[in-house]
Amino acid sequence: MNYSIIIYIIGYVLQIEGLFLLLPCLTALCYRESSGFAFLFTAVLCFLLGKAATFRKPKNTVFYGREGFVTVSMCWIVLSIFGALPFLLNGDIPSVPDALFETVSGFTTTGSTILTDIESLSKCSLFWRSFTHWIGGMGVLVFVLAVLPIAGGGSQMYLMRAESPGPSVNKLVPRVKNTAMILYGIYIVITIIEIILLLIGGMPLFDALTSAFGTAGTGGFGIKNDSFASYSVFCQGVVSIFMILFGINFNIYYLLLCKKHKQAFQSDELRMYLAVILASTVFIAFNIRHLFPGFQALHHALFQVGSIITTTGFATQDFNTWPELSKMILIFLMFFGACAGSTGGGIKISRILILMKSIKKELFSIVHPRSVQKIRVDGQVIEHDVIRSVNVFMAAYLLIIMLSILIVSLENKDTVSTVTSVITTLNNIGPGLELVGPVGNFSSFTALSKFVFLFDMLAGRLEIFPLLILFMPDTWKK
Amino acid sequence: MKIIIVGCGKVGCALAKQLSREKHNITVIDTNYSLVHTVSNSNDVMGIVGNGASNTVQSEADIEHTDLFIAVTGSDELNLLCCVIAKKAGDCSTIARVRNPIYSQETNFIRQELGLSMIINPEFAAAAEIARLLRFPRAIEIDVFAKGRVEMLRFKVPSGSQLHNTALKDLSSQIRSEVLICAAERKDEIYIPSGNFVIKEGDILSILASPKNSSDFFRKIHLETNQVKNAIIAGGGEISYYLAKMLLAMGIKVKIIEINPQRCDELNDLLPKATILNGDASDESLLLEEHIELAESFVALTNMDEENIILSLYAKNKVKSKIVTKINRLNFDDVIHTLNLDSVIYPKHITTEYIIQYARAKNNSIGSNIETLYKLMDDRVEALEFAINDSTRITGIPLYKLKLKPNLLIGCITRSGQVIIPGGQDMLKSGDTVIVVTTNTGLQDVHDILREQAG
Repeated sequence: MNYSIIIYIIGYVLQIEGLFLLLPCLTALCYRESSGFAFLFTAVLCFLLGKAATFRKPKNTVFYGREGFVTVSMCWIVLSIFGALPFLLNGDIPSVPDALFETVSGFTTTGSTILTDIESLSKCSLFWRSFTHWIGGMGVLVFVLAVLPIAGGGSQMYLMRAESPGPSVNKLVPRVKNTAMILYGIYIVITIIEIILLLIGGMPLFDALTSAFGTAGTGGFGIKNDSFASYSVFCQGVVSIFMILFGINFNIYYLLLCKKHKQAFQSDELRMYLAVILASTVFIAFNIRHLFPGFQALHHALFQVGSIITTTGFATQDFNTWPELSKMILIFLMFFGACAGSTGGGIKISRILILMKSIKKELFSIVHPRSVQKIRVDGQVIEHDVIRSVNVFMAAYLLIIMLSILIVSLENKDTVSTVTSVITTLNNIGPGLELVGPVGNFSSFTALSKFVFLFDMLAGRLEIFPLLILFMPDTWKK
Repeated sequence: MKIIIVGCGKVGCALAKQLSREKHNITVIDTNYSLVHTVSNSNDVMGIVGNGASNTVQSEADIEHTDLFIAVTGSDELNLLCCVIAKKAGDCSTIARVRNPIYSQETNFIRQELGLSMIINPEFAAAAEIARLLRFPRAIEIDVFAKGRVEMLRFKVPSGSQLHNTALKDLSSQIRSEVLICAAERKDEIYIPSGNFVIKEGDILSILASPKNSSDFFRKIHLETNQVKNAIIAGGGEISYYLAKMLLAMGIKVKIIEINPQRCDELNDLLPKATILNGDASDESLLLEEHIELAESFVALTNMDEENIILSLYAKNKVKSKIVTKINRLNFDDVIHTLNLDSVIYPKHITTEYIIQYARAKNNSIGSNIETLYKLMDDRVEALEFAINDSTRITGIPLYKLKLKPNLLIGCITRSGQVIIPGGQDMLKSGDTVIVVTTNTGLQDVHDILREQAG
């Protein structure tokens, strides 16, 4: 294990966080809030510690898969700890587990909150909460890879692979640095378009910024207690479209930029993603048609489906009161998640696709025992390695859900709340049902459960293995 | 620069590694999934699984915007086909590895007619390298700059040499010779020596000089410089054939020991002037029978690295002659270094080096002005040749006024065919080429030789 290079990279990440922390300081300056000093202090602290860690370039630049995994998960942990500091310092969220929960929920783009009254928070804290979504959506290390020169060779690929969601990582262009720049470029441009559209829709600038950050990262922190219910239908419509856009694999956008439209629209994953959204929207709209007049049922159904499948977690309605079928469809969508290579969480459509094709292949080989058949996605054969990793991912995923539910059940809450709270955190969605539904929050849980949720959120964002590897003793041996 | 490499064998891997380190955009193509996977995992390159000669695969690798296409698969014909198709599809420079001796005689024809930029034959290149060493047996390694006008020679200071305990600043008064000692190795340390550096016996020195001056220098320090008169070559492969042909042309007597009688017949057909011996080169009695102790050089070129190493060690014990060992595998070279094998030749390394030199020269036309670059002493030292042109900002300044980076030496200047070993008063002029020796690896531009504050 090469500790020196891990510390070096974490140092860079800290400096970047220090830079990002200056934005809420600006917000505080605009609104003349004294709580901004907490952000300024943390920014300076991050910057100093980061400088200290990167003061000397490590001589040993050995970097393999395990260093990549450990670096990524350590970065996220460090990031969360320092991100939580301002909340504690300015007293917006006084307890340590709560502040950590809120920050991790932000960075992992979950959007679950422990706050009972969101609107009472200072503006700069609200801004930071939403901005963590934006940072966490594309990933901090991707940013680091885009702007900073780290020791070359394979290290960058290992980092990218450990942080990017999805069963396999595709580079857009040969160099990791350029790939990361393109990804962030697309990310920033779509975010700006959304901000502009929301402003046109009459949303105040602050709300437009925070909503766009929440959508871009597929996070889901609102700045209102009722999430999105009080905004105009136009703004809700814009947000539902953009949620769905941010749930699409960013490679598709790159293909479109390269004018390879045919290839882009032939993506199996994209087609399945859109099909699932369409089908669920129609079913739910039909199921809730008696609750709303006219086309509003369709509007709310689309918003909610988009919000849940992309694991954003905004709400225009308290879907907890919707009929059972609609709630069940939403729960299924929670598992599905967005496309690989997007900012969304969950199992990812591409994994579901591979799993379904595996099932079909298995059935086929029972009927034709000697058949030789490969699994193909987008016409390309999926290598056995990838299929294996998808299977193992599913096993680990289910195991974590079960263990988490078991621990959370110590609270003696109702079954639906217990189960959906775990599902919603592991899939980085935000709201669950009943107690943790769109109008509820996580404040009633004990510290133990909150730490379970913390683990689940990080595991969900980093796709389990980077986090699990920290618990393996062999990792830390020389 | 965008580069596509087809074939992820040893050479392909080494190329991908080196070129991606030099900040090029590399895409590798191979039909073998696991090879592509390994290369793209451990380097910052993009991998594509597929046949490199297929147009679909090539356009997936973005052949339209590619500057350089390198085909180094195991098959000559595939390499050529890849390059031809790439040339049509993307109008890029193409390099193919072609090793079949039948084609090698027609290299120029193939290259011109198919529009290739470069054809590299690893065996031929290795043979040329060995021949150069036998021409000058004292050198461990010889690199060429300025189209052959300047050579960089690496040699070991023998015990009892008059150079022992001489400081460099006193050297020029003792020996009036236009050479520059530009790097010195002592045990594991590498020095870019200043005037106060004192030479000890056993040091390995690298000197820059024109070929004429270098032989003059060696005569003055009493090291015989004559080329070898005869050579024993163990193994009768392709390299041996090319080498024997070159040596015979230089008037060196050649004995080739080859175990396969059929191949012996072939060699005898091809090389009527050489002595072809049928037998096992690792048979001691055969070597003694052929008077290995009288041989002035021994070249181990069998197909097995292990056998070559053992043979060279044996020959080294037996006789004081020039020994060259061919080693195929690129790994474990630090172990091989500790064996003190005199000169070691890695054909794969030479291939890689040649291609990389081409890539650098091509890159040169795009921005950086490196003409040639050699990595010396396990890549710890670089010797670079820069072209100076009108846009260079350090022309017309006496060298002593330039604030150079530490551990960096301006080796020599070539000006209109003249080789100048510069003193502090000399200055660079537009149209010169300058050779810089440094341990600060990774220089891209001639302005990089300055300290950053000054630049």
